[in-house]
Amino acid sequence: MPTPLQEALRTFRRTPLLSALSVASIGFSLFTIGLFGLVAINFREALRTVAERVEVVAFVLRGTPTETILAASRDIEAFPEVQEVRYVSADEALSRARTELVEFKEAFRDLETNPLPASLEVRLKEEFRTAPSAQAVAERLQAFTFVDDVRFGRDWVQRLDRLRNIAAIVGLAIGLAFAAVAMVIIGVTIRITVLQRATEISIMRLVGATNRYIRGPFILEGLFKGALGGLLAIGMCWITMLVFQGTAREIGAGLVFFGGFELMVILLFGVAIGLLGTVMSVGRHLRHV
Amino acid sequence: MIRFTHVSKTYPNGVTALRDVSFQIAKGEFVFLTGHSGSGKSTILSLIFADQKPNVGEVRVSGFPVGKLTATQIPRLRRKLGVVFQDFRLLPQRTIEENVAFALEVTGAPRKGIPGKVMRVLTRVGLAGKARVYPKELSGGEQQRVAIARALVNDPPVFLADEPTGNLDERATRGIFQLLQEINAGGAVVVMATHNLALVRDTSYRVLELKSGGLVYDSVLERSGSASPEQE
Repeated sequence: MPTPLQEALRTFRRTPLLSALSVASIGFSLFTIGLFGLVAINFREALRTVAERVEVVAFVLRGTPTETILAASRDIEAFPEVQEVRYVSADEALSRARTELVEFKEAFRDLETNPLPASLEVRLKEEFRTAPSAQAVAERLQAFTFVDDVRFGRDWVQRLDRLRNIAAIVGLAIGLAFAAVAMVIIGVTIRITVLQRATEISIMRLVGATNRYIRGPFILEGLFKGALGGLLAIGMCWITMLVFQGTAREIGAGLVFFGGFELMVILLFGVAIGLLGTVMSVGRHLRHV
Repeated sequence: MIRFTHVSKTYPNGVTALRDVSFQIAKGEFVFLTGHSGSGKSTILSLIFADQKPNVGEVRVSGFPVGKLTATQIPRLRRKLGVVFQDFRLLPQRTIEENVAFALEVTGAPRKGIPGKVMRVLTRVGLAGKARVYPKELSGGEQQRVAIARALVNDPPVFLADEPTGNLDERATRGIFQLLQEINAGGAVVVMATHNLALVRDTSYRVLELKSGGLVYDSVLERSGSASPEQE
């Protein structure tokens, strides 16, 4: 008696075209989700890079002793939101301006006194790179007596927050829609496979096969197809990323691919869809014949 | 062995296939079910192998109450039955021996004993030499023999044949009928639905005739001239 596993493999051999088509349909459906996921993680990565620039700058009053500033910077570093505090002396600020603002090179060279103040550049931890956190840190910095002014680019940080929120909502909605479409396509494909074998199922029942026996090979088949579809989707996502990698490099951005966890999720999603679609489809068929 | 008690069957589309049918078939009997198309012959067979359930009345087969069987009990009843149809219902992608072995495999029979049992039953239907060929390579009569072999391989005490000779020529019909007689001689109940009145006339087996879903003739009752079907 062939095991359900042997029976499932036999089906692959007996109906290679239909099997290939269902693997392809699962693969392509998961590919659309994967592609969307790839866009989403790259967009998230891009936002993260932009968010790295979120920092709060406290300009220091002239004449403040360096020791006072350094002591305060240690206190600031202890703030829960703060990742790093960097002291930029007035001289360093000037030399940085000379390098970065090349168009004012001449103006900076002729200066008799340094007009730029010293400052403390406060970088925030990743989870605190939002407008409310930056605002809270800015207010606490302002409380230091040697601090003249505090800046953190409120407008663009707020815009970044909005963009992140919109991206999360749109991402979730599109992701769910793609997943729903994929489920429908995969469900239809599996149903076709079951219908194609309706005669076989009816004969199995006629000779006294239990529903459990009938379901076994179908379930394994669904599992295989789901896993193969998942691998196909990962392969296609990889190729797509390679195709666009060159273009991305030209504009100075690098693309990131899924990590091990995300790859596992795609594969398991394929297996789950293959399994669930088969169980539902075969179960429905067995109830109605 | 098989008992119908005031059985009526109406399909979901509103067609009434059986009206108050009662009869009883004892161990070892060979019974012809006759009647025009749509008279209810196939419905009687499908009630026996629990493909349908009665709306009214009771059907009992080998002690199983068909109307009350759960999904898990139906396979147990079917393993005690052999069923063949006019259209053979063989799996085209499997060889003859695989088609027959299939009936043993699905019941979870020990793997070791399957090839021996398959060969024995193929020998019995005269197809031992064609074990490795596919159904499409066989004649209609031979395909029906394979279907019979598949139905026989579990040694069922009840054998149902729904127009088994409907697609066959005279010679093949005689061969299949002889095979069914042999199965009956081996002790199994055979219930054969047929249009072929020549076969019916040539034998003295019991005949149940149906008309518009009602049982209009039972040769056993006719001969005894009395007794209601339930008292048989």
